[in-house]
Amino acid sequence: MSGQRCWIFGDNIDTDQIMPSQYLVLPMDEMLKHTLETQSESFAKQMEAGDFIVGGENFGCGSSREQAPLALKKLGVRAIIAKSFARIFFRNAINIGLLLIEIPSVEEFSEGDLLEVNVKEGLLKDATTSKNYNFFPPTGLVKDIFESGGLIQYLDNKK
Amino acid sequence: MNSMTITEKILAAHAGKESVSPGENLWVDVDYLMTHDVFGPDVVRIFQAEFGQDAKIWNKKRFALIPDHYIFTKDILANKNIEFLNDFAAKNELPYYYQPFTDRYSGVCHSTLAQEGFDVPGGLLIGTDSHTCTSGAFGMFSTGVGTTDGAFVLGTGKIWLNVPESIKVVFEGEMPKYLSAKDLILHLIGDIGVNGASYKAIEFTGGAIENMNMEGRMTLCNMVIEAGAKNGIIAADKVALDYIGDRAKGPIKIVNSDTGAKYCLVKRYNVQNIEPTVARPHSPDNKATARSEANTKIDRAYIGSCTGGSIADFTAAAEIVFGKKVAVDTFIVPATEKVNKQIKQVTFKEKTLYDIFVEAGCQIGLPSCAACLGGPEDTFARAKDGQIVISTTNRNFPGRMGSPKSFVYLASPFTTMASALTGKITDPRDL
Repeated sequence: MSGQRCWIFGDNIDTDQIMPSQYLVLPMDEMLKHTLETQSESFAKQMEAGDFIVGGENFGCGSSREQAPLALKKLGVRAIIAKSFARIFFRNAINIGLLLIEIPSVEEFSEGDLLEVNVKEGLLKDATTSKNYNFFPPTGLVKDIFESGGLIQYLDNKK
Repeated sequence: MNSMTITEKILAAHAGKESVSPGENLWVDVDYLMTHDVFGPDVVRIFQAEFGQDAKIWNKKRFALIPDHYIFTKDILANKNIEFLNDFAAKNELPYYYQPFTDRYSGVCHSTLAQEGFDVPGGLLIGTDSHTCTSGAFGMFSTGVGTTDGAFVLGTGKIWLNVPESIKVVFEGEMPKYLSAKDLILHLIGDIGVNGASYKAIEFTGGAIENMNMEGRMTLCNMVIEAGAKNGIIAADKVALDYIGDRAKGPIKIVNSDTGAKYCLVKRYNVQNIEPTVARPHSPDNKATARSEANTKIDRAYIGSCTGGSIADFTAAAEIVFGKKVAVDTFIVPATEKVNKQIKQVTFKEKTLYDIFVEAGCQIGLPSCAACLGGPEDTFARAKDGQIVISTTNRNFPGRMGSPKSFVYLASPFTTMASALTGKITDPRDL
């Protein structure tokens, strides 16, 4: 079976949970070890590049800290799948080229399910349950920024 | 031309358009940019990596650099952040760097923006802090972003924004005694939920708003982010203009919503029906009345932050504690140096607020964000394992004020000080 595992989290996972405030001054490689530690003892230790995160409603609410999406991107998270995302987290993720996928039926995923994504077709596949999910891939300006790899790269391309 | 809300009008003006509609993506010109000590260094690093080590800031006079988060700490990495900003500010001769440990130091960034005249009606302000929406109290568009956006604005003076739908919240009626702006916003957040206004603007209006001081209006707008909103906004009026006086850093343009402006939701409240309110652990929307929590014992009380550290907040707290002693550890943290001076000048019954607090047994800290967001281990009033805290701050996620094993109740300065006197959550009307 192909795909990579997903890690399940709940509703309203705020950025203080993704990266608690006392670690914000650490160098990035040290900071990464604490990613989501209040929610999962094993995530930062065991996750592998290419894995997925599944959240509920309002993922990434709270503080504007870009270290939250950046840590997930640096760890190699392929995409975050959630019912909804908080606004600042959403734009920070676009600006650093981290894929966010909105899907209403996140309850259908189980911890460890193997997932695959095709961004162009807006298709997410759960290889463990053999179910397919459609999502709206980014469009317009958001698509341009995302496809450039982030806001800075987008600016470079415009030069 | 179609009817527009204040938010739509300000965004249109800054995009050079006649009119805009919700859902549109725009490139807008930024009037003011703010960053602080926790995210400022990354803003600068991204800025220098992209625009060059010696790149010019788009407009130095429109850039407020306000360290406030981790100031009074021995933490080496936090201190390095300040040193980094000191160097950057000196090299670029920044006119608005509020440098710690000098007479330029101010304190909490959102309070400082208002005090220093960066909050200007009709303007557009971007900050790398989620509570940047505070500045909307002055009838301007303001919102929080990340460090990449901050660096982009520093280099170009522009940002992309999606035009939000607007929610209108009407607070009618005369404010009862011991009710404050914090009660109103906790009530609203409890009503619509922590994502009840996601991506949207919240526009406050009504008689209770017209009679509210700027500190209260700032508390309302500050906490719209706790309902997920992009910005909070209140049309500027005489109260706002009187506060601003001659300190505005740029042109003032009073903007009002058109009569036919569209709102995706309208909420109406009579403030006479709202009671002193708390948000229980661990979410700002976990609403309860102070009375219904009256048996909850507390270990400490905290009065400070951008939503509870103003002279208006301390005047309210002093009225409650005057001539009495607190029953639990009670921490007073003025938002800014200016407020720190004011508490030594402003009196209640011929005693300064400072003397009232000291005689009551409160501990007074130095102006900064302090324990509002936990911070380094040696932060003043940082919450410890198992402690139950009642606080005038704006967020009570697990670990927000320090230990992930602490419990934070959010409340007004009246309710927080009333609870400090009894050692359990107390409605100020029941003292």
